[in-house]
Amino acid sequence: MLTVFYILSAITLATAFLTILSKNPIHSAIYLVLCFFSIAGHYLLFNAQFLAIVHIIVYSGAIMILMLFTIMLMNLNKEDEQNKPLLTRIAAAVSFCLVAFVLLAAFVKSQRVHEYKASGEDFQSIKVLGQVLLNEYMVPFEFASVLLLVSMIGAVLLSKKEHINN
Amino acid sequence: MENILQEIGIDNYIYLSALLFCVGIFGVLYRRNAIVMFMSIEIMLNAVNLLLVAFSTYHQDAEGQVFVFFSMAVAAAEVAVGLAILVAIYRNLNNIDIDNLKKLKG
Repeated sequence: MLTVFYILSAITLATAFLTILSKNPIHSAIYLVLCFFSIAGHYLLFNAQFLAIVHIIVYSGAIMILMLFTIMLMNLNKEDEQNKPLLTRIAAAVSFCLVAFVLLAAFVKSQRVHEYKASGEDFQSIKVLGQVLLNEYMVPFEFASVLLLVSMIGAVLLSKKEHINN
Repeated sequence: MENILQEIGIDNYIYLSALLFCVGIFGVLYRRNAIVMFMSIEIMLNAVNLLLVAFSTYHQDAEGQVFVFFSMAVAAAEVAVGLAILVAIYRNLNNIDIDNLKKLKG
């Protein structure tokens, strides 16, 4: 299990970097799909099966299809993007290193509250999650549906507006 | 109920999530293409989700995973609206280079 964790982490970080560094947006999207799949693998390591499935469906399915569709709609699948000025790129790399250093240093220094002990209790099966979602979090669940509806209407309105004006 | 936390501590997941978040920040600062910046934002959201699931397992409480569901719903809504905005920008400017959008600069 330890080896699986390290391999998955390496894939996650490497594909995340390749997403950013590859010139062609289509390649970026494909590396991002790999990154999402490896994160779903992490969820499976936590034994959160339902979340892993939902993650694959929502991210690798819906969101990435939407992005690929937009890339192809805008005909961006060519490598003609100019780089930012060298100074900006150096500044980006430096700020990346600094943020990573600060975050990692803070977490290395902090102490853990308690060691993990498995109680054997079932807390993340689909049954338990469904009960929590529909009992305690009933109102946020309904509001999430309202949010999705509003964003759908907003997306349609935003991409239609040009035609109304003309 | 076996899971990974019995073998390795939560520290490794904290470090992984922090690094993944930093990669997302790097992407937002480094690229000019707005779609790749969107992808970097997705990477940052995923780093936070991963840490939420890790702590949910650590405390053996389902509520962290419920929060991950909500953040996935918000991410889906954000991508839909954001890509619609990008399409509108592309219609006006014929590219989505983020450095061309400086009309508000004054």
